[in-house]
Amino acid sequence: MASNSGHDIAGGDVAGGDVWPEDSDTPRQPWLLAVEDHPPLRRSLLLEVTARAVFPTVLLLSVQLLFAGHHHLGGGFAGGLVAGLAFVLRYVVAGSAELSAAVRVRPLALTGAGLALTTVVALLPVAFGAPVLASGSLTLHLPWDSEVGLSSNLALDVGVYLLVLGAVLDLLRTLGAGVHAGEGED
Amino acid sequence: MPINITLVVVLGVLYGAGFYLLMQRSLMRVLLGIVLVGHGANLFLQAAGGPAGSPAKAGTAIGAVSDPLPQAMALTAIVITFAVTVLLLALAYRASVLLDDDEVQDDVEDRRIREAPESEDEPASVISLREEQR
Amino acid sequence: MTGMLVALPALMPLLAAGVSLLVSRIQHAQRLVSIGVLSVVVADAAVLLGVADARGAVVLRLGGYPPPAGITLVADRLSALMLLVSAVVTLVVLLYALGQRVSDYGRAATTSFHPVYLVLSAGVMLAYLTGDLFTLFVAFELMLTASYVLITRGVTADRVRAAMTYVITGLTSTLLLITLIALVYAATGTVNLADLGEKLAGVDPTTRGALSLLFLTVIGIKAAVVPLHFWLPDSYPTAPAPVTAVFAGLLTKVGVYALIRVQTAVFAHQQAWQVLLVAALVTMVIGALGAVAQDDVNRMLSFLLVSHIGYMLFGLGLFSTAGLTGAILYALHHITVQAGLFLVLGLVARHTGATSLRRMPGGVARQRPGLAVLFAVGAINLAGLPPLSGFLAKVTLLRGGAASGTEMGVVLAGAAVAVSFVTLYALARVWVIAFWGSGKEGSADAERSGQLSPVMTAACAVLVGAGVAMAALAGPLSAVADRAAHSVLDVTSYRSAVLGGDR
Repeated sequence: MASNSGHDIAGGDVAGGDVWPEDSDTPRQPWLLAVEDHPPLRRSLLLEVTARAVFPTVLLLSVQLLFAGHHHLGGGFAGGLVAGLAFVLRYVVAGSAELSAAVRVRPLALTGAGLALTTVVALLPVAFGAPVLASGSLTLHLPWDSEVGLSSNLALDVGVYLLVLGAVLDLLRTLGAGVHAGEGED
Repeated sequence: MPINITLVVVLGVLYGAGFYLLMQRSLMRVLLGIVLVGHGANLFLQAAGGPAGSPAKAGTAIGAVSDPLPQAMALTAIVITFAVTVLLLALAYRASVLLDDDEVQDDVEDRRIREAPESEDEPASVISLREEQR
Repeated sequence: MTGMLVALPALMPLLAAGVSLLVSRIQHAQRLVSIGVLSVVVADAAVLLGVADARGAVVLRLGGYPPPAGITLVADRLSALMLLVSAVVTLVVLLYALGQRVSDYGRAATTSFHPVYLVLSAGVMLAYLTGDLFTLFVAFELMLTASYVLITRGVTADRVRAAMTYVITGLTSTLLLITLIALVYAATGTVNLADLGEKLAGVDPTTRGALSLLFLTVIGIKAAVVPLHFWLPDSYPTAPAPVTAVFAGLLTKVGVYALIRVQTAVFAHQQAWQVLLVAALVTMVIGALGAVAQDDVNRMLSFLLVSHIGYMLFGLGLFSTAGLTGAILYALHHITVQAGLFLVLGLVARHTGATSLRRMPGGVARQRPGLAVLFAVGAINLAGLPPLSGFLAKVTLLRGGAASGTEMGVVLAGAAVAVSFVTLYALARVWVIAFWGSGKEGSADAERSGQLSPVMTAACAVLVGAGVAMAALAGPLSAVADRAAHSVLDVTSYRSAVLGGDR
């Protein structure tokens, strides 16, 4: 119920105006989606604010790692793990309700999509007469004298990224939320 | 090839401590043992990547680049140990829920032999044997 | 395009596992995906066997990288034979499992089974096809990690206990395998099997012997070679029948395959290896004696499984064409018959509600004559009585042992015959107690009996029938196995096929 009021505040001024006439100091949006569900005594302002600020940054970093992967440090695995860590942060701050509010897809579907994408990319070169797992690259010339190098390995890395992210999220769901609810998976 | 004595000592400690923990009863200790030996094995892979054979990277002089193969192998091994560690953690959790402990049991045959002189009737199930031991 | 054939058996199940996770809400789709993909793998393996037999090893260089650097997949006759039989067994066991789930849970069964099972098959297929030591390790891990999940599914206290032993033992062997790879890499700077064979020839024989022994130990854990077998009879019987069947049929045999491949291609033993022969002898005898002492039918079968690993080691340990032919035939025969017997005993357990011989009501032969026939044929086949595939495999092995001209070969041949009789005795006990007799009245009520779905019985019939079919095709089959053994021992042609050029 607490989350409802939270969303109302976030959602609009119509209902919010009636309940709290002086809404100037209520946040227009909660820091995190489902943080209101968390037991009040366990909440930490510092953590919530940090999570709010750091979460998008970490996600961005994970994408950076994903794209850097082919020639520099990083790659799908590292990127996926870092993205997973971003969600770990939200889980730590606000528990499993936050996690399920933040991730609407089933984690295992992410893993499945990643696995399927990876194998398809591995098999795709055969259609062009190249051996399995062969890779190609092309360089795009963009205006203002810039170039972007694209390698087909990127698709493979995206698959790995999704797979690892799905696995981390599923771990959080089963070992974190599942254990908290006092039950195993299945 | 010169031998890095620090690495050898570290490897020895990791393997020794890890296998010692593997022999313990508690699944958590076993898990820690597996993590230790896993680290030892990965370190070993790195140590193996020196100039002993020619590195597998084609077309480069030995020593010009670090050997990429052990790193790739260690990464794979790390991923696998990671996955299995998580699985063991889940198993330990489930054991503690279902059995109230995470003790790894003796072989079934060992227990049957130990029980043999007393019990003439049919061998007891795993659970009831455990109860008797307490 | 033949390269594609080599990649598909490992990649298709992985792709299917991904798709299966995606559509996990839709039962029918999952089933269709699993059955479809495994059927494709069976067809692929059959074509691959034809190609490999006609034109020699099919080699695929992943990503086009030249061999010592890149990952190479190789399918020669041995790989293709094992692949074909394993693919058939995975498909049939899948059908059995589906039959069991439909009759146990109705349509709303849990869905994590399919992806995990598919990953397990991918691991098994990859292990047969890989051309380097590290990919072999990865294949083992795919297979074992999936098997850890399969064995821990379904929460009972017994199963958790058993899973602990199984997982810890598996992990220990995995860690030792990484260590072995590190040692091998430190000594040679390569992990490609063909390249290793060449480079190890220049390494000090003592080091080579130590590495060979360590590999035997590592794989000995995975293949349940006595005295490293203790985990197997404790863990396998606790899993559901189809899971046990696929473990018993495939996992240990993948270990045996790895032993055959690596000990010939890499360590290149030229004559009979006494250590392996002694291990074979001990495995045969201890496994069989263990089986006689068992009360639980699944534990009994697990001990027989351990015992019969000894036969394959015997064939390999001779390091002669005749011995190796026997080992290959035995592995093919054993995959089908062991999986088949576990499935049949699963049906018996469903029918009687007991796996313990003391609690068996008896009389299954009268109530379920079809089941009795399946068990009888399977048991006769496992014991190696003529005229089934077990007999063919054993005779080939015994000929190899006799032809070796060494004392050890003759001793082992004698032990093999004796162990066959012990096997027969152990299985005859099950027959007398479970199948004969009048059966207690009302012990097997109509409702329970009605649960034996036709799909499950048909799956058993296919696996048991495979033994008969192998016997019927004894001529061509032993010819192929003989050619496979020749090409396995002909290390130079393997090397030139993989590495290219004349070696």
